[in-house]
Amino acid sequence: MYTETQIVNNSDDELVVNVGPQHPATHGVLHLVITLQGETIKKVEPHLGYIHRSIEKMCESLTYRQFIYATSRMDYLSAHINNHACALTVEKGLQIEVPQRAQYIRVIMDELTRIASHELWWGAMAMDLGAFTPFFYAFREREMITEIMEETCGARLTMNYMVPGGVMTDLHPDFQKKVKAFIQLFRSKIDEYDELVTGNIIFQNRMKGVGYLSKEDAISYGCTGAVARASGVSCDIRKLYPYDVYDKVAFDEILETEGDSFARYMIRMREMKESIKMIEQLIDNIPEGDYQAKTKAVLKLPKGDFYTRVETARGELGVYIVSEGATTPYRIKFRSPGFSNLSALDQMARGGKLGDLMATMGTLDLVIPDIDR
Amino acid sequence: MYSLHAITNSVQNWLNARLSSTWVLIIESLIVIVLAIALFAALGLILVWLERKVAAHMQIRLGPNRLGPAGIFQTSADTLKLILKEGLTPDGADKFLFNFAPFVVMIVAMLLLAPIAFANGFQIWNINIGVLYISAISSLSVIGILIAGWASNNKYSLLGAMRSGAQIVSYELSAGLSILTIVVLTGSLQMTDIVQAQQNGWWIFKGHIPVIIAFIIFIIAATAETNRAPFDLAEAESELTAGFHTEYSGMKFALFFLAEYINIFIVCAIGATLFLGGWMPFHMGNWTQFNHVMDFIPSSIWFFGKTFFLIFLIMWFRWTFPRLRVDQLLNLEWKYLLPVSLFNLLLVTLIAIMNWHF
Repeated sequence: MYTETQIVNNSDDELVVNVGPQHPATHGVLHLVITLQGETIKKVEPHLGYIHRSIEKMCESLTYRQFIYATSRMDYLSAHINNHACALTVEKGLQIEVPQRAQYIRVIMDELTRIASHELWWGAMAMDLGAFTPFFYAFREREMITEIMEETCGARLTMNYMVPGGVMTDLHPDFQKKVKAFIQLFRSKIDEYDELVTGNIIFQNRMKGVGYLSKEDAISYGCTGAVARASGVSCDIRKLYPYDVYDKVAFDEILETEGDSFARYMIRMREMKESIKMIEQLIDNIPEGDYQAKTKAVLKLPKGDFYTRVETARGELGVYIVSEGATTPYRIKFRSPGFSNLSALDQMARGGKLGDLMATMGTLDLVIPDIDR
Repeated sequence: MYSLHAITNSVQNWLNARLSSTWVLIIESLIVIVLAIALFAALGLILVWLERKVAAHMQIRLGPNRLGPAGIFQTSADTLKLILKEGLTPDGADKFLFNFAPFVVMIVAMLLLAPIAFANGFQIWNINIGVLYISAISSLSVIGILIAGWASNNKYSLLGAMRSGAQIVSYELSAGLSILTIVVLTGSLQMTDIVQAQQNGWWIFKGHIPVIIAFIIFIIAATAETNRAPFDLAEAESELTAGFHTEYSGMKFALFFLAEYINIFIVCAIGATLFLGGWMPFHMGNWTQFNHVMDFIPSSIWFFGKTFFLIFLIMWFRWTFPRLRVDQLLNLEWKYLLPVSLFNLLLVTLIAIMNWHF
C-alpha cells in the first residue's frame, strides 16, 4: 500500500491516481491504483476485497443442495452457468445420470445467459468509451431474455434454477415460442449493434492496437474466455471438454489472433451469434421426459476431490470440492475467470493512455463480485 | 420583412424625450442586462430540457415527463434544487480561485451574447469587429476551466483541466480559420454585414464546396470547443468522473452546467449567422411567391430555427459517438483539420478574388 506522502509527492513527475472503489468506469467496487506520467500509464495495480463476502467459506457450512444458491451471487451475470458448474461437480461426485431433457434445458439456458451477459457487456463497454446510447439498446434485448428467465425460473438475475440431478422445474409452456421470437428479433438487432458501434471510426480507432496481450502472456497470466481467445489461445471448455449436450451441437470456437481490444470485442460479438446457432439447434429438439433425476433427499459426496470446469460468459469457471463424506463440503474453491483476466490488465494497459485503460478494462468484461467472491 | 427596429426605436425615442442622454444610456443598459440575463435563464432551462428529450428519444426512453407538459418544468425544479444545495468548498482547495472559476466561465459566456444578431435589428452591440470579438472572448473560457481544475486540488480535475486547455487552444485554430472563410467572402467582420451579404442566398449555398468544408470543420471545432462529446475529454465521465468540475456542487456546478449550454447556443448561433444566413429567410432564386411566403416568417424564428437545428446536430453527436482519446483528439486537429482548413481558406480567398461565388 502507498502512504499518503508517496501518493502526493511521487518522484519523476509521476502522479498516482486512485481509480475506484467508487468510480464510474470500474462497474463496481474495483480499486485501481494507477501511476501516471502525464496521460501515459506507468503502472496499474488492482486492489481487491471491497465486496468480499467469503462465499467459499460460507459454502462449507451449506449442504450440497444449498451451496449452489450462494454461487448465483458470484458472477451474477452468468448465474445459470455458475449453478451449472456446481451441479455438475456434485453430479460427478454422486455419479448421477442427468435426464436428456434437463441437459438440453441447461445448455439452452446457459447460452441465453451468455447472450444476456454479452449484451450487458456490450452496453457497458460502449459507456466506458463515452457512448451512452448503446447501453439502452443492449438492455432492450436483454430484457426479453430476463423475461423468458422470469417465466421459467421465477427470477431475473439470480436464477438458482440448476440443481444436482437436473433443473428445478419444468419449462414454462411458452418457453420455446418466446425463445424463437427472441432469436428472430435478435438477428436483426445484432446488425444494428454493428452499425451503431462496430463500424464507427472513432470506436475502431479507440480499440485497434490497444491493450495488446500476446499469446504467451495470455497463457502465463491464466487468462481464459474471450480474453485468451482474442490472443489466439484455444480455450473454449465447451469445445475442449464438453459437458451435457455441448458435444451434440455444432458450433465453432471463435478465435482471433490480434490480441488487442478490438479482437476481444469481436470475439464476444461473434460468440453471441454462435450462441444463437446453438439455441436454434436445441430449441426444437428438447426431448420429453423427466427434468430432474431421482436423487436422495440428503446428498453426501464420497470422500475425495472433485473438480469440474465450465465456460461462463467471462471464461473458465472451475469448481473444486474436497469432500470428507459429510453432508457439507470440507472445502470449496472457485477458480473465477475474472480474477486471472484482471491480473493481465497491468500488462495490457502499460504505456497506453488513460482512456485506453478504460477501453481495455471494458473489453475484459470484469464482474467484481466474481473476482472477490 | 418584419423588423424589430420599430420597437427599439420607439423605446429610445420615448426615453430621449423624457431624460438626459446619460440616463438614457444607463436605463438602456439596464434593459439590455435584464434581457440578457432573462435570455440566459430561459436558454439554460430550455436547452437542458431539450438535451434530455433528445437523449431520451435516441435512447428509446421518454425523458422528463412529469412536471408540466412534456416535463418542461423539470429543469426549473432541478435548478431550484441546485440553488438550495450547499455549495461545498473542499478543504485543500484554493478558496478564492475555486469560487471565482464558475463566474469566469459564466461571464465569458455572457459577454459572447453581445454581438449576436437575434433578429432583424435586434442586437445588443453592433460592433464593427464582431467576429474578431467572438473569437477573442471565447478563448477566455479556457482560463475559467483551468482555474477550476487547478484550484480544486483534485487529480481528476487537474487532468481534466489540462486536457481542456490543450483541446480548446488547438481547436480554436480551425474554428477561427473556418470563420475567416466567411470574413474573406464578406469582406467585413461585422455581424450585420455578414447577415446582409446573405440576402440573396446563404453562404453555405453560395460559396461552393469550400464553404461547405469550412462549415463542417466549424461544427467539429465548435463541438470540441464547447467540450461536448465526442470531444468531452475534459469531463470524460468514465475516465475522470467529472473532470474539471468534479469537486463542484450546488449552484457553482450549475453555473458550469449552464455555461456549457449557453456556449453551445452561442457557437451554434455563430454558425447559423455565418453559414446559414442568420435571421435571413430562405430564398429560392426567382420564385417570387415562395420568397414572399418565406419573408412572412419573422426573422427571429429564422434565427432560432437555424440555431436550434445546429444545436440538435451537436446533441445528436453526443448521443451517438464514443469519445476520442486525447492523442487522437490532437492528431485530428493538427494533422487533419488544420491543414485542410488552411488550404480551404486559400481556396476561398481565390474564389473571393475571382468573384466565383454566386
